[in-house]
Amino acid sequence: MAEQIPLVDYLVLGDEPHLSAHECTTCGARFFDRRNACAACGATGFTTAAIATRGEVTAFTIVAFAAPGIPVPFVAAVVDCDGTSVRANLVNVDPDPDHVRLGMPVRLTTFPIGADATGTEAIGFGFEPAA
Amino acid sequence: MSSDDIWILGISMTKFGKHPDLDKVDLAAQATLAALADGGVTMRDIGVVAAGTLMGMGEPIGQMVQKQVGQTGVPVYNVTNACATGATALRTVIMAIKAGEADMGLAVGVEKLAGAGLLAGGSRKEAGDTWQPRGRYGAVAPVDGRIGTEIMPGVFAQIGMEYGHRHGGTSFELFARISEKNHAHSTLNPLAAYTKRLTLAEIMDDVMIAYPNTRPMCSANCDGAAAAVLVSGAKLRTLSIEQQRRAVKVAASVLTSDPWEEGCQVLPNVNTLTRNAATQAYEQAGLGPEDLDLVELHDCFATAELVHYDNLMLCEQGGAVDFFESGAPWRDGRLPVNVSGGLQSKGHPIAATGIANVWEVCHHLRGEAGDRQIADAKVGLAHVIGLGSACGVHILERAAA
Repeated sequence: MAEQIPLVDYLVLGDEPHLSAHECTTCGARFFDRRNACAACGATGFTTAAIATRGEVTAFTIVAFAAPGIPVPFVAAVVDCDGTSVRANLVNVDPDPDHVRLGMPVRLTTFPIGADATGTEAIGFGFEPAA
Repeated sequence: MSSDDIWILGISMTKFGKHPDLDKVDLAAQATLAALADGGVTMRDIGVVAAGTLMGMGEPIGQMVQKQVGQTGVPVYNVTNACATGATALRTVIMAIKAGEADMGLAVGVEKLAGAGLLAGGSRKEAGDTWQPRGRYGAVAPVDGRIGTEIMPGVFAQIGMEYGHRHGGTSFELFARISEKNHAHSTLNPLAAYTKRLTLAEIMDDVMIAYPNTRPMCSANCDGAAAAVLVSGAKLRTLSIEQQRRAVKVAASVLTSDPWEEGCQVLPNVNTLTRNAATQAYEQAGLGPEDLDLVELHDCFATAELVHYDNLMLCEQGGAVDFFESGAPWRDGRLPVNVSGGLQSKGHPIAATGIANVWEVCHHLRGEAGDRQIADAKVGLAHVIGLGSACGVHILERAAA
C-alpha cells in the first residue's frame, strides 16, 4: 500500500481515523491549528484531544461559485461533534437544499485526494450523512 | 452642548458605483472637499487625519489625499480593520479629539472595487510535486473548497443558517425577501450603485453564489469614498449658529473585537462582538433600541442582515425572523433598516462603508434626505463588521435646537 499523509495535521489516519485538537490544559479550549497560547485564557500548555467522529450539522452553505480551480458545487458546513465545532465539507450527499438540512446527523469519512510525485497519497476528510 | 461631546460638523459621500475616470485619491479628495465644505471649514482647521483604504497594500492614503487638498503637517493615521476600516478611521479621530490632542479632525475612507469578483477564497495555490505540510494546520494542499469555504458569501451564508438552526423560521425565501427590501429602498437613493427594484423572483432566480445567497443578496463591489469632519463640543460653540444647527452629535462611538468563544475558530462569530458593541453604545448614549428612528447595519449579505436585527437588539433575542415578518425594517415600518439600500444595492466600497453609513444617518437627522427622508428622525445607529473581527457602532443624535 502506498504511503499516506493527512491533508492537515489534525486529521489522524490509521484504523480509526479521527480529528484531534490542541486542548488547553488550563481551561479546556480546543484549537485545530498550532497556537502560541490559549486564545481563551492565555495559558501556554496544550494536550491532544480526540474529537468525536459523529456530529450534527449546525450551519451549511452550498458553494456554487468559488475561486478558480475549486470544483463546485460543494457543501461547506459546521458540524457540532459532541461540543466541539468542526469545519468540513459534507460529502456523499447531493449538494442541494433538498438533501442537506440543518440538524442532520453526520459522521466522519476519509478519502484520497491525490498522489504526489513519490506516490504518497494525501487523505482528506469530510462528513457524510449518518443514519 | 457639553464640551466633552463630539459632533459631526461636515460629512459627505461620493456617488457609489463605477468611476473608471477617477482614481482612489480623486474619490477620497472629492469626499474630503465636500465634507469640509459641508462643515464650513478648510484643511487649515483640521488638527488630525485618519484615513483608510483596505486594498491599498499599505499605501499612505491619508498623506496622498493631503497632497491634493492641503498639506498642513498635522498627524495622519492610516488605518485598516477589514470592512470596519471606515468606522475605525472615524473612531480614531474621535479618540484624538476626546484625548484633547485636536479640536477638529478629518476621517476619510475610500475603495476602488468596481468589477472585483470574490474578495477571498483560493488563498493558497497548489504547489510543488510532493506533499509538504505547511502553515498552522500543517496542510499539504489548499484547503479552500476541501475543508469548508473561504469565500465571504459562503461564510456569511453559514452565519445566517446557523441562526436558523438555533431559532428556526429561516428559509431561502426569507433571506431573499430581506434583499428585496434593500433593493426597493435603494430606488430612492441617488448615490446608490444600483437603484433597480428587484422582484422576489428575480432575486431568487439570479445566479446562486453560495446557498442561500444569490448574487443580488451579496454586497455590491463598487468604487466610492466618504469623509467626515468631527469637532469637539467646545470648538463647536465658537462656530456659527448654522454650523451648530446642522451638527450631529456622536452620542456613542464604540469599536469591539471578538472575544474567544467555542466555534469561533471554525466559523467567525459576528454576533457576540456586535452585541457587545451595541450594549456599550446604548449605555454611552443613555439610549436604547426603542429610541432609534433608523438603523444602517452591515448587510454584507442578506443572511447577515437577519442576525444583526438580533445582535443590535432591535428585537427580542431569537426574534429576528418575527421582526422582519412584522414589516418593521421596511422604510414605512416601525424601525427602518438600511433605507439607503444597504451594501447589497447602495454598494460596499469597503473602507468607505463605515463613514457612508454614518452619512446616511446624519442626512436623515438633518432632515436633508429628500425623497427617502424618515420623517422627524432624531436618533439613528450605524453598524459595521469587519471579519477578523472588528465591529463599529455609532449612535448619532440630532442637534437639540
